[in-house]
Amino acid sequence: SSQVVWDTLGNRQFCSYKITTKTQNFCRNEYNLTGLCNRSSCPLANSQYATIREEKGRCYLYMKTIERAPFPRRLWERVLLNKNYEKALEQIDENLIYWPRFIRHKCKQRFTKITQYLIRIRKLTLKRQRKIVPLRRKIERREKRREEKALIAAQLDNAIEKELLERLKQDTYGDIYNFPIHAFDKALQQQEVDSESESDAEKEEDDGEDADKREFVEADDSDLSDFEDMDKLETSSEEEQEEEEEVEKKASHSKSKGKTPLKGPARRKRPYIEIEYEKETEPATKTKAT
Amino acid sequence: PGTAAAPPKGDGAGPPPAPQRVLFPPTFSVSEFENKQRRHFMFVRWKQQQRKEKLAARKKRKKEREALGDKAPPKAVPKTIENQRVYDETTVDPNDEEVAFDEATDEFAPYFNRQTVPKILITTSDRPRGRTVRFCEQLSTVIPNSHVYYRRGLALKRIIPQCIARDFTDLIVINEDRKIPNGLVLSHLPDGPTAHFRMSSVRLRKEIKRKGKEPTEHVPEVILNNFTTRLGHSVGRMFASLFPHDPQFIGRQVATFHNQRDYIFFRFHRYIFKSEKKVGIQELGPRFTLKLRSLQKGTFDSKFGEYEWIHKRREMDMNRRKFHL
Repeated sequence: SSQVVWDTLGNRQFCSYKITTKTQNFCRNEYNLTGLCNRSSCPLANSQYATIREEKGRCYLYMKTIERAPFPRRLWERVLLNKNYEKALEQIDENLIYWPRFIRHKCKQRFTKITQYLIRIRKLTLKRQRKIVPLRRKIERREKRREEKALIAAQLDNAIEKELLERLKQDTYGDIYNFPIHAFDKALQQQEVDSESESDAEKEEDDGEDADKREFVEADDSDLSDFEDMDKLETSSEEEQEEEEEVEKKASHSKSKGKTPLKGPARRKRPYIEIEYEKETEPATKTKAT
Repeated sequence: PGTAAAPPKGDGAGPPPAPQRVLFPPTFSVSEFENKQRRHFMFVRWKQQQRKEKLAARKKRKKEREALGDKAPPKAVPKTIENQRVYDETTVDPNDEEVAFDEATDEFAPYFNRQTVPKILITTSDRPRGRTVRFCEQLSTVIPNSHVYYRRGLALKRIIPQCIARDFTDLIVINEDRKIPNGLVLSHLPDGPTAHFRMSSVRLRKEIKRKGKEPTEHVPEVILNNFTTRLGHSVGRMFASLFPHDPQFIGRQVATFHNQRDYIFFRFHRYIFKSEKKVGIQELGPRFTLKLRSLQKGTFDSKFGEYEWIHKRREMDMNRRKFHL
């Protein structure tokens, strides 16, 4: 009757354990010895069959004989194999004595392969395991967005420049950079007492100091021709410096979003002079319609 | 029969264009209309009205401010996240004695007392890909006295005693995922704290838009911005201890770690002082951002380590105004 089973299931009609690929047929049955769909490997089509299966690291030998064919519950007989490789092979031999050569050979092969992969598993668990952590898409997106906004709020270039200028002011660089105006202004600051109260005075831009460095002119846009205004410009530039220092100290590393509170009254490039013209010519006479 | 032009409420005028001042009764609600076209129309009309009122209010306020002149109240400062930040109890006060004492006796004290010279080991996770390798090389040019070694499948626990034996002071492990570096483990070696960061937006030198040359061998300066809390302070000290204590100002290079809303931005620049008040900076070097994930007391030990701080997503990400560094 095993022949009948093979004729129907194996070759012609549908077998649910069979998987066909381009070159080969595989058998998905868990009791299959080789994994291929053959006449000699099919557990359904052979009334006398044996396999090796492993469970939780221990190997068992499963056997099926024709006497137990009508009792499906008792069909497969299970034998626990020894942990020792050679002794287990002897066990297989003595259990499958007088069995066909093919099944004995394939059982031993399968047992060998199983023990090898069990050894490998045990070795790998001792080594470092790479932990795979799933990414949560929503969280990744949120982090990315927050990072972009933090970058914009940070204003890195400004912060770095400020810090460097701060360090320059506090003389951490020593004598490397000689900006002559620096020491000069410092001396003047010590003389000035209350220049903080003049915060409402017109402030000039940095052209004040550039004007002093008449000898080494960089690409300046200061068009000061009036030397009388020089003193006024010097003092106002000091006020500016002091203002900046105070503001920097107050700021204490928490920078507001984009606007420094240093806007103040409008800045102008030169002393603002109002010029009034008197018109000497009469305006064009309006012709009255008479 | 409803046409699109329904007569506006409270006003005797006919179909649109709308008259100058449409009066909506105070119980007006756009959702009372069931006809979609009419509802939309009324909504548009209502929106225009709101905008007009807002503009008028703003003009009025401006006029009042001008009228008062000097006595005008100061302009309102807009709210920013930094302004609204929840106050952290562990914020460090510069004059705090306890903090000063702690810092004098913690693991970085020998560095800050100039007893040790930093020597850094940079390595990666297994099988690094091209980008990570290049990043490691560039990082080693940025940090003086650092060496790059390949990992080759060694366990960190075994590397660490070897490093200590060879006098390394810090260990940096760059973790890689899908060919880009995405994590950084920074460990201070003789028994120091270990910080684990998530790294993002890594830009190698050639991807940065600048026309500068490579960083030279000079020791750069270090800028640490915005590390305010105790945790931030310890992390900042960790970063500072990577670089030798005495920067060479001739090199004019500066490495910046800027903390903003718990994201630490790293930049490497070369600066030049154009005048008293102007400085120009040019970006060399790689850039990346870090976000602290955990801080451990001892050296790297994922199972038995004593964690000083872990980022707990449920608690800490909920509040948008609370930051920890």
